[in-house]
Amino acid sequence: MTGGPHMADPIFIAVAVLTVGTAILALEARELIYGAIALAISMLGIAGFFLLLDAPFVAMFQIAVYVGAVAVLIIFTVMLVRTQALFTTKEDKKRKGAGIALMLIIMASLGALLLASGLNGQFGNFDNAQTVDFKQIGHLMLTYYAPALIILGLTLAGSVIAALALARREDVEQQHERTD
Amino acid sequence: MWSNNMSELIDFMLVAVALVAVGIYGLVVKRNAIRMLFSIEIIANAANLTLVAFSRGLSNAQGQTFALFSIAIAAAEVAVGLGLIIVAYRLYKEIDVAEFRSMRG
Repeated sequence: MTGGPHMADPIFIAVAVLTVGTAILALEARELIYGAIALAISMLGIAGFFLLLDAPFVAMFQIAVYVGAVAVLIIFTVMLVRTQALFTTKEDKKRKGAGIALMLIIMASLGALLLASGLNGQFGNFDNAQTVDFKQIGHLMLTYYAPALIILGLTLAGSVIAALALARREDVEQQHERTD
Repeated sequence: MWSNNMSELIDFMLVAVALVAVGIYGLVVKRNAIRMLFSIEIIANAANLTLVAFSRGLSNAQGQTFALFSIAIAAAEVAVGLGLIIVAYRLYKEIDVAEFRSMRG
């Protein structure tokens, strides 16, 4: 199939609608907690795309990190901050209209650019391409990208320590020390 | 495996464009710091989708490797972002970014 309009896979369309729909819901849901759950479902949809792209390893990683860690972290924070502050949605109607217009302009222009880019049909329907084995990914990570992997580990450790240091309450701790 | 013989690279790219547009909309319109973090996550996910889609189209493992690195970095970013939001909430009793008038504290 080269160029021109084509029928996409029905599973693909279902996952696409789910992912984009829940992404919009994540931003527009009235309660932040429902938004967080919608975001988790949107990330599951992205993992579904990774499965469709024959990248099961990345899909599992996505589920483990995003749905398992990030979404739970966000839900915890939403519950910690849960007060009236979350329910006041102070939004300009004008600003919202401008935002929707900007969104549509970006969608239309980038979409037109993509359709005109010659990418359409260039890779066919992935028939010529071989799927990537996860052993290849592991090999790359431990050989060529080994320094990047080490730096990534250090970055993760640093950011976790930084997050702990940020969220610590020094005033409370000092009071406890004084009373002791 | 769920083989898909009907969707092409361009379809995945169009979905990624839609997600980026939704994320930019959120960053422009929303004033709630947690919603802005959601928008950033949506944009990062769209980027990962393009990486994996091109990895599939070019049958190159580097795209998937980069996507894995990107997911891990995004997790670190969320941890720090939420830490900042909690500190800001403690200082201002508010997570509306327009209310964070000064960086004192």
